[in-house]
Amino acid sequence: MTETSLSLYEQLGGEAAVNAAVDIFYRKVLGDHRINRFFENTDIEKQAAKQKSFLTMAFGGPNNYNGADMRQAHAHLVQKLGLDDSHFDAVMEHLTGTLVELSVPQNLIDQVAAIAESTRADVLNR
Amino acid sequence: MSLHKITLDNREVICQSGETVLDALLREHIDIPHACREGACQSCMIRSLDGPPPVAAQKGLKDVLRHQDHFLACLCYPQQAMRISLTPPADFFTEASVIGKELLNAETLLLTLQCREALDYYAGQFVNLRRADGLTRSYSIANNRIHTHKLTFHIRRLSGGRFSEWAHRELNIGDTLSVSDPQGLCYYLPNQPEQNMLLIGTGSGLAPLAGIIGEALHHGHSGDIHLFHGSREVDGLYWINEMRQLARQYPNFHYTPCVSKGDAPEGFASGRANDVALSTLPSLKGWRVYLCGHPDMVNQSKRQAYLHGASLQDMYADAFHVASATLD
Repeated sequence: MTETSLSLYEQLGGEAAVNAAVDIFYRKVLGDHRINRFFENTDIEKQAAKQKSFLTMAFGGPNNYNGADMRQAHAHLVQKLGLDDSHFDAVMEHLTGTLVELSVPQNLIDQVAAIAESTRADVLNR
Repeated sequence: MSLHKITLDNREVICQSGETVLDALLREHIDIPHACREGACQSCMIRSLDGPPPVAAQKGLKDVLRHQDHFLACLCYPQQAMRISLTPPADFFTEASVIGKELLNAETLLLTLQCREALDYYAGQFVNLRRADGLTRSYSIANNRIHTHKLTFHIRRLSGGRFSEWAHRELNIGDTLSVSDPQGLCYYLPNQPEQNMLLIGTGSGLAPLAGIIGEALHHGHSGDIHLFHGSREVDGLYWINEMRQLARQYPNFHYTPCVSKGDAPEGFASGRANDVALSTLPSLKGWRVYLCGHPDMVNQSKRQAYLHGASLQDMYADAFHVASATLD
């Protein structure tokens, strides 16, 4: 059982894996008409860096996850544009879809999804 | 133990071994922007003032940022004393005199300045032009690096634009202006001559793109170079014959003038330049993309190019924000 000594982040392949994933993931998100209006007025370069931080966190990597910042960043989207569970679900779908595309084993996908899922209340300001 | 002195503005911090520049600054309560602390978010990007920083601290940065000695404080373990800065250096101005003034079309002036001191600029960068009373506007350099003292600009006359109206009406040959150090990150580096390039410009956004194209061709860029220049009507375009001539001269240079209003005459594409470009070039994987002109066009094109496969690392943009929108 050597695998258990490796962290989730290491098992996924560390930063190189995040880089591969963020490119696929962010293209899926921006290409999805259900959710891309939330990104309409953002600078996509700055957004991509944020997506990378988010994926690093979801991959169990080094991060400074801050629930308060996450709330603040999404507050106006919840209030003004109606960001809700259906949109969060769409993002989750793209996250798992990305990992499937990268041939990540299902047990690791489940762990990543669980971490990402833990941000739902903050993102939706509940 | 290796200790290195870090100088930020007029403050000094000692960076201890095993400590990053970010750690050292924060330890001394110098609060600089930061977030992930692992090189992902790039919010702690700063600039070395005395030469290249450690290569490892530039990981993931765009070539032009590396070229200008930017680095990430959270990844930087100093190997020597460093002087760093959070803010761009104060503008240094040199005197220049007007040596040429001609119209490119009804609303765009080709202004040529002769600078007293040589300027070290890259094709695609911009400078601030300052009038004697202090009124200052940013304009892109429209020529390549062949000239060190002579700079050209495309100045579009904006209704109510204090600087542009003045430049069109009152500025004369022989008059002097102040010219700042060149700035901006939307420029050409001859580091990947085989890379295909897409350039999209609206209006006087052709200025930096023309400089970049001239520079690339001068360096023998071998990849395809596609230029899409757009305006509402044919009257808003310029250098049409010059660009067509260039395309005949260089088989890898392709030029498409675009008009977005009404039917396009023969030889012109109909539609917005970015839409025409993206439908002509469906896959931009591995391409380098330059976008100059109206901020909405720039923003939209970035997204389109990204969704067509271009990497954000390979995108260079210069959005022309118009100071006179307020008609001050």
